[in-house]
Amino acid sequence: MNVFEQVRGIASDLLGIPADQINAASSPENIEAWDSVQHLNLVLALEEKFGLQLSPEEMEQIRNVGDAARLVESKAQESPR
Amino acid sequence: MSSDSKGLDLRSEIDRLISAGSADLACLRLSELWRNEAGAATAAFLVNRYEKLRGKIALFSSRVAVLRSFTVEPVVPLLRAEAFLHGIDLTVQMGDFNAYVQEILDPGSSLYRFEPDVIVVAVRTPDLAPELWQGYADLAPEAVSSTAERVTNNFSQWIRILRERSSAAVIIHSLELPARPAVGLLDSQRSTGQSAAIQQINQAMKQIATEHRGIHILDYDGLVARHGRLRWHDEQKWLTARMPIAADHLIFLAREWLRFMVPLSGRIAKVLVTDLDNTLWGGVIGEDGMPGIKLGAEYPGAAYQSLQRALLDLARRGILLAICSKNNPEEAMEALEKHPGMLLRPKDFSAVRINWNDKAQNLREIASELNVGIDSFVFLDDNPVERAQVRSALPGVMVLDLPEDPIAYAAAVRDCAVFERLALSNEDLRRTTLYAAEHQRSEAKNNFQTKEDFFRYLDQEAEVAPVSEATIARVAQLTQKTNQFNLTTRRYSEQQIAEMADPQECQVLSIKVRDRFGDHGLVGVAITRDEGETCQIDTFLLSCRVIGRTVETALLAYIARNAASRGCKRLQGWFLPTKKNSPASEFYRQHGFEIAAQNDGASLWSLNLTRGGIDSPQWIKVS
Repeated sequence: MNVFEQVRGIASDLLGIPADQINAASSPENIEAWDSVQHLNLVLALEEKFGLQLSPEEMEQIRNVGDAARLVESKAQESPR
Repeated sequence: MSSDSKGLDLRSEIDRLISAGSADLACLRLSELWRNEAGAATAAFLVNRYEKLRGKIALFSSRVAVLRSFTVEPVVPLLRAEAFLHGIDLTVQMGDFNAYVQEILDPGSSLYRFEPDVIVVAVRTPDLAPELWQGYADLAPEAVSSTAERVTNNFSQWIRILRERSSAAVIIHSLELPARPAVGLLDSQRSTGQSAAIQQINQAMKQIATEHRGIHILDYDGLVARHGRLRWHDEQKWLTARMPIAADHLIFLAREWLRFMVPLSGRIAKVLVTDLDNTLWGGVIGEDGMPGIKLGAEYPGAAYQSLQRALLDLARRGILLAICSKNNPEEAMEALEKHPGMLLRPKDFSAVRINWNDKAQNLREIASELNVGIDSFVFLDDNPVERAQVRSALPGVMVLDLPEDPIAYAAAVRDCAVFERLALSNEDLRRTTLYAAEHQRSEAKNNFQTKEDFFRYLDQEAEVAPVSEATIARVAQLTQKTNQFNLTTRRYSEQQIAEMADPQECQVLSIKVRDRFGDHGLVGVAITRDEGETCQIDTFLLSCRVIGRTVETALLAYIARNAASRGCKRLQGWFLPTKKNSPASEFYRQHGFEIAAQNDGASLWSLNLTRGGIDSPQWIKVS
């Protein structure tokens, strides 16, 4: 399972939406349940799952599921677990 | 990653099971999913699916209000997920950010309107005592102690007000110490150090808690220290989201809360059943023999000894220990009796099954021998196959997942929330002895032709008394954990019992029983309330240890006689059926009551007191 699929799985669990209805462009704009609390939950879940720490700047970069997956991928390359 | 695709498969299987109506199997899979990948995302999934199972599985509901000085929201799904796995359905109300003081002080606040069963006060040192945190180096020594006093007085006032306005159990975080004290090394050299001042507040909080009922201190500093102060915190999240705890540590706060909520909800374990080979000692007694098994003060035997110490500590807390092992009984018993490394001995076990039978069957037998519901059993076994078998055959039994490394066994047992107790009664401290006397009783019973002869031989004496300072904790505890002989299964906290004990309101009675084999201690509770000429039985329960010895009749007769003497014409009580209280279902009928109303499986029973009371059994002396 690639990073995008893992991130999509996390978003699916958190937002209560089936994974196949989530794509790279899914964002707070088109998913109603994705509010600021859920955004924080998403960041925390990514940190926990991939063993990372995201900086405030990086948290802001996440505008959709695709962004989140790309960020995790680049962070994982920086510091492999 | 194969584990992730396994997780996806498990999720779709769970959804299939839920839509097919297989609630129990769905729960089994949900707990498997959690064991594989506990975490924030999985927690959200679990909560969502358990909400769909409401009404199809037995859940204890509890309302939790959180007063806080920081962002706690991400902890809630983790807490609720683990609570669901313990059979507890939590409704959580989050107080407004940093508004805890107003919520406590304002009698009309959302806190009190919510009518919580549990209140968590999660306030951090930097928010409550900024002078002792970032401002400490600026403080004069005399200002340090006056600040500590001010904070202590605040706590004292809040606790008093909370206690006056709510009967909820209150869980209060103690204050954490700084990871890097403001004056560096000097902090440990001074009696007015920053850490010392905070510890002084924590010490005072413990004292305040003992002055009230139902106030519980959560050792937050201890929790942080246990997980590593530097790893616990995430400064960036604190500065951007007011969330001070690192993402991968949130679950530990959730679990710490749950350690209180599990006993508060009565979801506690009463019996721990353990395997022997590779669990209580290393190796296989049948193959390695006494000299070959690993057990002692040195590695690797030390790992098993520390597990034994953990079990012994549980026994001191009133949890019964039992053995279920596949072995030749002679060999295993010899090791139990004689191995020099054993900390546990046969007398520490209330039931023993060493044979080659199916373990689930053995567990059922132990449950009936001890007369304890199998839902309050924990099963300990190193063998994953045995664990899976017990899990599927007996879904009510909590099967502990032992880690691979025996060195971690003891910690796994100690971390288990179902073994937590918020208070210990005399009965808890003597439980293993009480069950040993019980064993002698049942041996003696075989010598008698009739039950009545046996009862006469027992020489039972009962003492019925109104609840008092000395018995209130035990009375509350019995309402919280008695499942089988319990007519209404209403759970009450000490605080609630104290409020009901007002004689104008209610009669809260307890019964102590002793006989020729020993003292059972306080084993029954009855709560009645007079409504006009009717005496209503709110609660009637008896510990399973004394069921079937007519003690229940003696207590009911006592209530009937008292109610009649107060001028009541009727004695009434509900039987509210649960999964476990069928032993009490015919109780009222057997004592001449008639059904007065029925509602959704529940039945209201009534006895006309003007036509004579209930005969108290002649072989019990009641005082």
